[in-house]
Amino acid sequence: MKKKELKIPRIKDGTVIDHITPGNAIKVLHILGIPHSSSAVVSVAMNVRSKMGKKDIVKVENRELDRHEVDKIALISPKATINIIRDYEVAKKHRVELPDEIIGIVKCSNPTCISNSKEPVKSRFKVISKDPPRIKCYYCEREPEDISERII
Amino acid sequence: MNFQGKDVISIKDFSKKEINYVLNYAKKMMPYAKGEKNTDLLNGKILSTLFFEPSTRTRLSFESAMNRLGGRVIGFADPSGTSQKKGESLADTIRMANAYSDAIVIRHPQEGAARLAAEFADIPVLNAGDGAGHHPTQCLLDLFTILTEKKRIEKNKVVLLGDLKYGRTVHSLAYALAFYGADLIFVSPSILKMPKEVVEECSELSGEPVQTSNLEKAIKEADVLYVTRIQRERFPDAEEYNRVVGLYRIDNELLENAKDDLIIMHPLPRVTEIDPEVDKTKHAVYFKQAFNGVPVRMALLSLVLGEKL
Repeated sequence: MKKKELKIPRIKDGTVIDHITPGNAIKVLHILGIPHSSSAVVSVAMNVRSKMGKKDIVKVENRELDRHEVDKIALISPKATINIIRDYEVAKKHRVELPDEIIGIVKCSNPTCISNSKEPVKSRFKVISKDPPRIKCYYCEREPEDISERII
Repeated sequence: MNFQGKDVISIKDFSKKEINYVLNYAKKMMPYAKGEKNTDLLNGKILSTLFFEPSTRTRLSFESAMNRLGGRVIGFADPSGTSQKKGESLADTIRMANAYSDAIVIRHPQEGAARLAAEFADIPVLNAGDGAGHHPTQCLLDLFTILTEKKRIEKNKVVLLGDLKYGRTVHSLAYALAFYGADLIFVSPSILKMPKEVVEECSELSGEPVQTSNLEKAIKEADVLYVTRIQRERFPDAEEYNRVVGLYRIDNELLENAKDDLIIMHPLPRVTEIDPEVDKTKHAVYFKQAFNGVPVRMALLSLVLGEKL
């Protein structure tokens, strides 16, 4: 029998973000500020087949991503898992969990919301449900229907 | 109860205890609001009224409230003469008002403007309407009117009529009435129905509101009829507007079937939805309601500025 081949090679040290909603890997990178925030080697696999259907995977080498930072991706991938890899082994693993507030990541869907004007403020949302993710604008209290469409 | 320094942005920021406190305190303001008694309670205090959108009642009653309490008012009723026209941000305008006064009243066409203003001001900010968002002082004066006319808010059958979809005041009012345990009946043309979120919120608080387009039936059992204006600009064509507007016109004939002690309220301005012949009936309380803006706003200004009667 042919040995199962990995789409992206295993990494020695770093972070693997697994079970990303298919098609959302690029948005995940965007939320994490990669590559701007880091010069680490990053591999992306999209629409990978798994037991639970398709998924995207992101592997960031030689960098352990901060949990609070990564939790924001629950906005668009509530089922994603974060694996911290040390010497090819999973040292820590957890499922992402939305923080109580989302700042500067999502643009309000209400065109007449004050946060969409030229004011010196970042967009700000209160999380009203973690799974499925539902957020409400701190300023106008409008709830965006499709969060992934509103990522800045 | 301490309100000093508190912002008044949305009615949802208030607990029932706090609302009751404000309403009871507003009753104490009545003789001062009418000019029967005088006070210098807010002597030396300055209120900024920043009206980026037109207003008659809200602005005048806030100014009257501040003057009746012995304070002074600065501000503008039209932003065309201000730095906003030169492209100044709201945040910067608020920083200025913060430096020049002790409290800020703001009306702005954009939702969330008052919440943003509160972020940039150390002094209390009172929301006088932010686009299609909140208008908490209107909500408080509506509650005050029901309380003073009907002696209680709870257990009244309240019909909210007209543009329930876009009407700024009716969403907060529906929430507040449900919060108090009033029975709600929403009457509107189907295209101007109360948004689902508001209906759900009210259902959780005081049972599911009745939704109908039949005013004749609803009015028979109503204790309070709250009428709102149907705004012409919401309709793509004039014919449709005229058809809908004609559906809900309150006149004496319609009121023949109403309860004797029914009160009719309206946030004003009205256009054709209430026939002027109704003004003379005992049901009409909308002008009294507009006056009630003064004692309620006096109560709020006094409380947030920390100077109590």
